[in-house]
Amino acid sequence: MNQSQLGILKGVLLCSILFISETGCKKHRGADSTTSSGPTLRIGEVGSMTGSEGTFGISTHQGIELAIQEINAEGGVQGKKLEIILVDNQSKADEAATATVKLISQDNVIAILGEVASSRSMAMAAIAQDFKIPMISPSSTNPKVTEQGNYIFRVCFIDPFQGKVMAKFARNNLKLSKVAILRDLKSDYSTGLSQYFKSAFTESGGKIVTDESYNSGDIDFKSQLTKMRATRPEAIFVPGYYTEVGLVARQARELGLTIPLLGGDGWDSPKLAEIGGQAMENSYFSNHYSNENQSPYIQSFIRKFKQSYGVVPDGLSAMGYDAAKVLASAMTRSKSLNPADIRDALASTQNFAGITGNISMDSNRNAIKSAVVLKVAKNGYFQYQTTISP
Amino acid sequence: MLELVQHLVNGLSLGSIYALIALGYTMVFGVLQLINFAHGDVYMLGAYIGMYTAHAFGFGQSSSLFSLIITLIASMVGCACTGFLIERLAYRPLRRSPRINVLITAVGVSLFLEFSGQLLFGSDPKFFPQLFQPNVDWSIGELKINPLQIFVFFISITLMALLQYIIFHTRLGRAMRAVSFNHDLASLMGIPTDRVISYTFMLGSALAGAAGVLVGLTYPKIDPLMGTMPGLKAFVAAVLGGIGNITGAVVGALTLGLAEEFLVGYWASTYRDALAFAILILILLFKPTGLFGTKRTEKV
Repeated sequence: MNQSQLGILKGVLLCSILFISETGCKKHRGADSTTSSGPTLRIGEVGSMTGSEGTFGISTHQGIELAIQEINAEGGVQGKKLEIILVDNQSKADEAATATVKLISQDNVIAILGEVASSRSMAMAAIAQDFKIPMISPSSTNPKVTEQGNYIFRVCFIDPFQGKVMAKFARNNLKLSKVAILRDLKSDYSTGLSQYFKSAFTESGGKIVTDESYNSGDIDFKSQLTKMRATRPEAIFVPGYYTEVGLVARQARELGLTIPLLGGDGWDSPKLAEIGGQAMENSYFSNHYSNENQSPYIQSFIRKFKQSYGVVPDGLSAMGYDAAKVLASAMTRSKSLNPADIRDALASTQNFAGITGNISMDSNRNAIKSAVVLKVAKNGYFQYQTTISP
Repeated sequence: MLELVQHLVNGLSLGSIYALIALGYTMVFGVLQLINFAHGDVYMLGAYIGMYTAHAFGFGQSSSLFSLIITLIASMVGCACTGFLIERLAYRPLRRSPRINVLITAVGVSLFLEFSGQLLFGSDPKFFPQLFQPNVDWSIGELKINPLQIFVFFISITLMALLQYIIFHTRLGRAMRAVSFNHDLASLMGIPTDRVISYTFMLGSALAGAAGVLVGLTYPKIDPLMGTMPGLKAFVAAVLGGIGNITGAVVGALTLGLAEEFLVGYWASTYRDALAFAILILILLFKPTGLFGTKRTEKV
């Protein structure tokens, strides 16, 4: 390499460094300029619109969209309309991280909504925390998500509680004493929930007879189930996502295991019963809300949602709706519209009446609220069983 | 004892699915020495074509062998056409290029199919209609056997026999073996090598299509990325049996299926996917020609 080439190289390097630091600064200025002069307030959303958990992202987005429409129809926040900028992460954690960087540094969003899956929310949270942009996860239940920093919030309950709910339900309502666990090793959500269920269930006098695992994307679970069958469990706790649970149910029935399956909010999708068919019936899972709740506020939400999208909202749509509403309410209460003030307003959320219950942020920025247990009944209908409070 | 037999049954049924995919892999490799990484994705396409055919004809309401056969044929024909197009558009222009170029193209075709699948079919998992559900109970006490599993097992054995016949007892088979042995020499002998290669691809892809439908039937959840893992495992199975060898592919696949089943059944499920690739590494280290592979004699 001769001298002139070296010079050019140095120049390029210098330029790129300047460029990086320039965009780095722009982030903060960008956020401020939005607050003072921009026509709309930009809010980022990262969701799994495609990929294996596609229905999660779509449901959540519909809920968010409906909430934003309502907020804008009522005049927006502090005189400005809200604008949602949605980025798809293809159900991948690394894409979720990239999407977050893009939303913050290119689109200058002042807050971020997302994700459903805890693994992806964690990838996003690390970045949002670095840039000090408030982020609300509508429905990631793994406790580690909000532990990433003081800018990360959630409007749903957390897994230690969800695990306790199912353990309580299995012990007290179903009167079970021997349960097997089948967890998805690739998902923070599933391994976390299994752990909490296990400790809550053994504490209340039950016994975990076997603890097996699979990887999301697997289609064959017969070896795990055959192994389980020998230990004679009275139920199987499968806190995975709906994509695998349907197949697990089918194969369990094929092997003659007619015991109920138990799970968490990752089951909440119309696809669950479509894939699992009859095999899914008489299984139970914990969820954020039940559409059988007759409260007028909830029924009017269901009606509006049906008008817009033609389907009954699932728990994730309700969570998305609540997340957007909580954010808007915090922005309305906030001193100014810069991210730090919005964060403070979010942290002080108390008794916000949402579709999924009353939302109050605790000191760890988690919502404290009750959970419902639903039963998969005939034709994939989710039947309300009971509400369990913290 | 009962548990052992159940694991054996499960392992064989899992293995026969790998076998169906591995057959196509090994055939294309036998003729072209090309690892067609897009094979797993053709299998995915097969499942989708099957699903759409079934919906179009309104199958799936009741179980009938007839609807299964129609769906199988539709999917095999559809996949054969796809295989033809892939070979014509992506591999033929590179016939004279170094092998690494073709290999990279194969990876590209695979990604292309996966992501156009996501665009076209949507990336959420779809339910595969239950066309054919044999209503017989083959369980012996606690030992549960799904007749479909046996069905898939025999189909893969039958297809293997059929392929053996085509390759060793027909004109097309002789031409394939000739092309495999020496491409240039074969064309000097008047064998239309391009056409033979097209046929090989179509045959291999049709097998993948059949696999797609049969897997859809036994594991009724299909998504655009479903081909990736089984594709890789089938590749390992083909290498294990000696890539290019038809019997080897089936034996390798059944061995892999059983090995996975017993690993999960008696040890830890965590290592399931690692096992396939550990086998791959060991085979490449100690017996690169695979169980049935001889240096160059029995190539397709």
